[in-house]
Amino acid sequence: MQRINDDVLNKCRDLIENGTCDRVLAWEEGEFCYDVTPAVFTGDTLGKMIYDDFCAANQSKYLIDESHKEGRIAALLKPCDTYSFNQLLKENRIKRENVYVLGVPCDGKIDAEKARGLGIKGILGAEIDGDTVAFETIYGKKTCSKKDVLHEKCLSCKGKKHMIFDELTDPEKEPETAVPENGTSRFDGVSKLENMTAEERFRFWRGELSRCIRCNACRNVCPACSCRQCVFDNPASGVSSKANTNDFEENLYHIIRAFHVAGRCTDCGECTRVCPENIPLHLLNRKFIKDINELYGEYQAGYDTALDAPLTSYTKQDAEPGIVHERGVR
Amino acid sequence: MQVNDTNKEFRPLIVAFCCNWCSYAGADLAGSSRLSYPADVKIIRVPCSCRVNPMFILRAFQRGADGVIIAGCHPGDCHYTSGNYFARRRMTLLFSMLDYLGIERERTRVEWISAAEGAKFSATMNEFAETISRLGENRRLEDLRCKE
Amino acid sequence: MQRIGVFVCWCGSNIAGTVDVEKVASSVAGEPGVVFTTNYQYMCSEGGQGMIRRAIKEHGLTGIVVCSCSPRMHEATFRKTAQAAGLNPYMVEIANIREQCSWIHKDKDEGTEKAVILAKAAIAKLNLNKPLTAGESNVTKRALVIGGGIAGIQTALDIADAGYEVDIVEKSPTIGGRMAQLDKTFPTLDCAACILTPKMVDAAASDKINLYTYSEVEAVSGFVGNFKVKIKKKPRYVNSELCSGCGVCTEKCPSRKAPNEFNMGLNNRGAIYIPFAQAIPNVPVIDPEQCIKLKTGKCGLCEKNCTAKAIDFTQKEEIIEREYGAIVAATGYRPISLENFDEFGYAHNKDVITSLELERLMNAAGPTKGVLLRPSDGEHPHEIVFIQCVGSRDTSGCGKPYCSKICCMYTAKHAMMIRDKYPDTKVHVFYIDVRTPGKNFDEFYRRAVEEYGVDYIKGMVGKVAEKDGKLLVQGSDLISNEQVHIEADLVVLAAAIEPDPSVRNIATMLTASIDTNNFLTEAHPKLRPVESPTAGVFLSGVCQGPKDIPETVAQASAAAAKVIGLLSKDKLTGNPCVAHSDELLCNGCSQCACVCPYGAIDYIDKEVNDHGKREVRRIASVNEAVCQGCGACTVTCPSGAMDLKGFTTRQIMAEVDAICR
Repeated sequence: MQRINDDVLNKCRDLIENGTCDRVLAWEEGEFCYDVTPAVFTGDTLGKMIYDDFCAANQSKYLIDESHKEGRIAALLKPCDTYSFNQLLKENRIKRENVYVLGVPCDGKIDAEKARGLGIKGILGAEIDGDTVAFETIYGKKTCSKKDVLHEKCLSCKGKKHMIFDELTDPEKEPETAVPENGTSRFDGVSKLENMTAEERFRFWRGELSRCIRCNACRNVCPACSCRQCVFDNPASGVSSKANTNDFEENLYHIIRAFHVAGRCTDCGECTRVCPENIPLHLLNRKFIKDINELYGEYQAGYDTALDAPLTSYTKQDAEPGIVHERGVR
Repeated sequence: MQVNDTNKEFRPLIVAFCCNWCSYAGADLAGSSRLSYPADVKIIRVPCSCRVNPMFILRAFQRGADGVIIAGCHPGDCHYTSGNYFARRRMTLLFSMLDYLGIERERTRVEWISAAEGAKFSATMNEFAETISRLGENRRLEDLRCKE
Repeated sequence: MQRIGVFVCWCGSNIAGTVDVEKVASSVAGEPGVVFTTNYQYMCSEGGQGMIRRAIKEHGLTGIVVCSCSPRMHEATFRKTAQAAGLNPYMVEIANIREQCSWIHKDKDEGTEKAVILAKAAIAKLNLNKPLTAGESNVTKRALVIGGGIAGIQTALDIADAGYEVDIVEKSPTIGGRMAQLDKTFPTLDCAACILTPKMVDAAASDKINLYTYSEVEAVSGFVGNFKVKIKKKPRYVNSELCSGCGVCTEKCPSRKAPNEFNMGLNNRGAIYIPFAQAIPNVPVIDPEQCIKLKTGKCGLCEKNCTAKAIDFTQKEEIIEREYGAIVAATGYRPISLENFDEFGYAHNKDVITSLELERLMNAAGPTKGVLLRPSDGEHPHEIVFIQCVGSRDTSGCGKPYCSKICCMYTAKHAMMIRDKYPDTKVHVFYIDVRTPGKNFDEFYRRAVEEYGVDYIKGMVGKVAEKDGKLLVQGSDLISNEQVHIEADLVVLAAAIEPDPSVRNIATMLTASIDTNNFLTEAHPKLRPVESPTAGVFLSGVCQGPKDIPETVAQASAAAAKVIGLLSKDKLTGNPCVAHSDELLCNGCSQCACVCPYGAIDYIDKEVNDHGKREVRRIASVNEAVCQGCGACTVTCPSGAMDLKGFTTRQIMAEVDAICR
């Protein structure tokens, strides 16, 4: 199967040849077709560049470092990546002038693990076609429903519109507005937990967080967790630890991490995608997003860089913290 | 929710973060008015409620606190004009998150107590200490990750 | 490692009665860093302080913990004691074992146990204390007042009176402001000009006051004591040095199309004009939008007729840069636009006017020479309806939610003056409430009703419609609960007042905050009402909230007193407990600046050396002279780069750990 659209590749080649950029941020193939990694390409290596339905990673975070290098980099950004890009611009982390945003379309990205769960093994390639996915495997062609093999984050896609770009590779595919793929169901998972009793919630989280191995993958992939040095790595912060002295520290870590990105998290879902223990970490971030929307008005980080962020602004009429108690015993 | 009426021996550990300008002064007034509250309440002075980092609260729970209360100037009366407004948003979201994790929501609280409200300070602390005594020892944050 | 001394005070029996002070002292002797403990009857007494000083020297202490009363009581005392013995005053921590312990706990064991824990928390904190030194900065002994109305004039006069230089920047061609437009002032009915113009003259005559009229503040940088301000002087096209103020040019000018701003557009003025007879400076200004010469190159009649040769069509905008120690905002107000109040027909009926327009109609120097005539036909009105709260106390969103405060009194004044001058005129006033809190205010209002027979109707007007040259006013009388229909000749609207729109820009330049109604915010609504949260910026007059002339003048003098207090200092000593950003940890994300109430955080591009790697980074930089030490930024900072000296994250966590141990 073709791993990159000719138009996208030619566009990148043009950008380098006409001197607009000297590098391209895209993906490169690993050992297996679904094993793809973000990578930077130059004119000589462009042939290895890919972008297909397996390329799920949020590229924005790499641009913090890349944009501070000399020259200008072209970045293939999916619609959801542009929210993070905007948020990083708002926080002055990316040098805008050093990035050429090439908006690439996205039909959702395939989670090979989910496919394997469906019995689709020995995958050699895959392509999304409408509501189905056609797999090429060592055992022949297989198809399945798209929604069964999409990444968790794609199931609550915020829409196919790029929030920021210099050029779109497929302008005709670009919608007028961002329409969430599944309506408001994004918060269903949070609501389900909220409707449980405290005891049930506690047991749920105990079950999930017990699996944490503190590999820091969630932090390392998160575009909002982009501190030069994380407080949990900084001995002077008083909360760092190489080996956890007690179990509490994982909880502290996850709660503080979610709190630090509250109001800044674009809900890109990378934390859950990369967690080797499949902990649904997005449910922590989404809880903050849902609370912010309900208490302080709808806010989507990365949508508009000019808006006041919910945790660095206030109104005199804000709800009192007691609202947590008043929202009823569940 | 675990209710712990029978354990009379249980003495809760309560950390109270008080802003220097209103609530700490309110605590002083409670003291000079001899309005008692349990010795279980230990006060930490901060310049403003907006200085209270969620890490402090979680740290207190981590080290064995059973309840944490943050007391600041009434909204609109902040010595620094807006600090308590920021604190209000932060604490609302943090408490909601703790509740979401299944931590008893009564273990955390924010109260606005002015320098003139010594009686309110004492009453609030009495009531909070009683609530925490009823809840018993805080285990949940630590237990969250105990392998079953 | 610190060498800590712990001093437990008995406070007579206040502490010793319920806390075993000896046990407290001995219990903390083994704490990290503690090398000396003792207890004494009264630590704050000379004997106690002497004991502390001696112990510091004898035991080479690097810090002390005093277990005593509240730090709000004696922290300053013990800091001085420590300083006298050569310690940094910030190497002192207080464990409050009186108000928080001995006074509220009856059981001695319990009290002692808690006192020990509080002492341990203070020791744990002190172990992380660092000597702190307050920063010092110089004070430029000159003040800037933005706005030349009565508020600005009074502030400037008071500052000048104390011997300091002060500049007034006024955007219009003359000082005087709104008060100059008023006819009489309540509750004494003395004429506004009679009491204002002497002050204007004083300001102009003072050798300490420098007037920049027809000028605007363009940029402000710096901080308390050290502001740098750029002032834009707009071209008058008249040389102020040469002009004699004779006014011939204003008479000769053939352009007569511009509405006269001073008369609220009730008549026209020339392209070259002096706003009013007592204007200061008494120098005309050419309106470039109206001047035929400036627009087409032809005309120049003013130039030909000027014997002083003062007309200068080549004048250009000028930028002046000056330094100031303090800035006072006195930007004033304007009546709101009435476009949202169609029901009163202000836009299409010439005889529906605002109260400020009525002031000009009543004024002897106004367009009608003080004779009350209808704007439409020049006839004398026989029935007049006043409508109060037009846009004030309005929760519908069309107007303003607040009370404009001055309207009840000026409406009573207008009604009374009309009844006095024209007893044949019927005067009705529609009101929601009549608010008269002020010295001699209620008496004044009662005179309008009782002596002058003004007809006050409690209720709001629903509609004003024109019918056969009359204004049909339909309203409701809430007391008799019936509809009222009045055929009026003139309708006067008490329009709400709002801050002058220029305040938004000025607030941004000053990093002074404004509320949702664009009023400048005070540092504390009760206790610091004339200071802005931004140090060195003060508030005078209506820019802070609606107020009448006496209140404005009082606030103006209060602001001046604050300025004088500041300028009288040679050096400003800051609070050393300020925020500080670790340049290696800072992400430059700007979140901290968003929550700083004082605008104390700037971002700079700085070369840093991060473990041998040199690079230029955008990092937060705290202006220590401006930071007040609230700590809002420290919690917003995700990386922990921002910390608060004296209340560092590590220190507070050490206290938490000590308490929870």
